[in-house]
Formats: sequence, structure tokens, C-alpha cells
Amino acid sequence: MTQQNEIILDRREAVARILEDRGDALLITGLGSTTWDAAAVGDHPHNFYLWGAMGGAAVLGLGVALAQPHRRVLVITGDGEMLMGLGGLATIAVQRPANLGIVVIDNESYGETGMQKTHTHHGVDLAGLAAAAGFSASRTIYSRDELEETVSVLYAASGPVLAVVKVKATLAPTVLPPRDGPYLRDRFRGAVLGDRAAG
Amino acid sequence: MNKEGGWSEKIFSVLQNMEIRQAAYVPDAGHARLIELCHADARMKAVSLTTEEEGVALLAGAWLGGERGVLLMQSSGVGNCINMLAMLQECRIPFLTLVTMRGEWGEFNPWQVPMGQATSGLLRDIGVIVYRADTAEQLMDAVNAASHLAFDANRAVAVLIAQQMIGFKDWHK
Repeated sequence: MTQQNEIILDRREAVARILEDRGDALLITGLGSTTWDAAAVGDHPHNFYLWGAMGGAAVLGLGVALAQPHRRVLVITGDGEMLMGLGGLATIAVQRPANLGIVVIDNESYGETGMQKTHTHHGVDLAGLAAAAGFSASRTIYSRDELEETVSVLYAASGPVLAVVKVKATLAPTVLPPRDGPYLRDRFRGAVLGDRAAG
Repeated sequence: MNKEGGWSEKIFSVLQNMEIRQAAYVPDAGHARLIELCHADARMKAVSLTTEEEGVALLAGAWLGGERGVLLMQSSGVGNCINMLAMLQECRIPFLTLVTMRGEWGEFNPWQVPMGQATSGLLRDIGVIVYRADTAEQLMDAVNAASHLAFDANRAVAVLIAQQMIGFKDWHK
């Protein structure tokens, strides 16, 4: 392993850095740790947290992106969640949503179930899969400098773009955002659609 | 193979009247014409999926972003959707799917039979309201009523399209 590929990034710091520049972007998080990561940065009406629906985060983000083509949509999910929906990378690539960015916070582990290793620990390259599917840009990030270079790509580059952020497999404190489905749904729709939300 | 007889055009007009803007699908021969119509219409975003559960997530996102959608699939695909459908139940997100049935009426392929026979019960168990259409007339009414139930009353609704409406697959061509 080269020094460049040493895993040094902290998931909470990485997600906080990415969300620092979110502006009015809409955020979808995958179940488990990435939902806690987003909650640790701060709850927001433009956040829709998945507490289930494993494997659905990226494609749910595609649905939002197609419905709101003039807004940026960011999906932040984990490596286990993304691995469950790999076919979605192909579906997203074919649709070519210019306004969609996907971040995989990759600790190479199933964090909620006992830190069992995922396929990424054994070499499965999610950024490579996205590139092979036809994403506009994708990369794997190991350093703060690479993360700094990539934040603007996530929000501004013509999508779909995907960044895999390799993070240490340490458990961060669980920070719970709201979890009631109808509440999250109404809040997100109200923030995005205003008076149209009730219809 | 497909004796569909013009009902795809009628379904499409119902979808247009209901302002359905995203049509997600895993192909079925019975939906072939409807899929063509969705691709040909500039107002509609036709989204080909690798597996049906993507369609459930996609259309949940569509509705959260202010657009209505429909998922077109055959009965075998329903089994791929169950956990994703649980999200719709928890969040009470409107959802419309049109399901062409296999494994019920003169089925040739025995591997289609278990899922076809289980389709209706599985959908109900996960909280999806099930309509069934055995004739073209019933189908128009069912799609129209299901669309209203989905998007006016915020419910997940499936319309099962009977296999006898689609016709026998010719295994000897």
C-alpha cells in the first residue's frame, strides 16, 4: 500500500466539510452512519434521511434530480448501502442528471451491524464502477487536499458525479435526526415546493 | 404475442391527464407499446431500470421533488420491490404501478407461476392497495381510479393487468 492510499480521513470531518458548501442543495442520506453524519452537522429542512430502504439512496436522489433539474441534489451514503444498489449507478449514468452528485463515505465496513468488512475492503472500486457506467466524473479520495478539490465538483460540475471518500473505520457517536416518515416527507416537500407541497 | 388492442394509448392518455412525468420500467411485452409512448413524449421522462426496486426509490424521490410517476413492471418484478415498498408505507408517499401478470392464465413457463400467484397477496401485505383488471374496459377505469387514489389520497396503489389481456407468449416462433 502506498502512502497515498493510507486511510486517514475522519467521516464526521469529511461530511462537515462537504456540507459546509451546500448552499441550497437538497440532501438525501443513506440509512445508518451517513444519516448520523448529516445529523451531526445539523438538521436541515432540505435533508431527507433514509432510515431504511437500503440500496435506494442514489436512485431516490435521481428521482429528486429529475423532478428538480434546476437545483443541485447531493446523495451521501455508505459503501454498504451503495453496494446494495450497484445497478442504480448504471440507471443514473444512462439518465445523465447534470445536477446530481453522489458521495460514498467508505469505511469498508457495515458500521451498524458489527463492522463486518464490505466488498470495498477487498478491492471493489466504487469510483471505478461509476466511471465504467458512464458518470461524468468520479474519484476516490484519501486526503484533505483531494477532498478540497472535489467539494466544488460535487456541487457545480455537470453530473452525474461520484466521489468515494475513504474514511477510518471508527464509530462516531450516533446523532439521531428526526425519523418519522410523514414528518420528514412534509418538511422536505414544504421546503422544496412551498405552497405546492400539499397538492 | 400481444393482443393488446389499443389500450396502451388509452392508459397513456390517463397518465397524461394525471400529469405523470416519470415513467420507470423494467420491460414486459405487455407494456411494450406503453413504454414506446412514454419514450416518445417530451413531457415524460422514461427511466429504464436494472431492477424494479430502483423504480420505487426513484418515484419516491420524484414525488418528494414535486413530480408524479408510474412504475411499469411484470409480476415477477413485484418480488424485487418489497423492502423498498416499506418506505412508501412508512412515509405515506403516493405511488402508482401497473403490473402485467404472468404465471396465472395458461402460463407456459413454470418458473413464473410462484411469483405470479403470490403477487397480489405480497403487495397487500406490504401495504399497497391492489386493483385488478381483466378486460380493457376495467383497465381504463382501474388506472384512472388508481391514479386518483394514489395522488389525491396519497396512497400506494397497484393495478394488476390480467394475463389473458396480454395473450399467450408464443414459445414456438
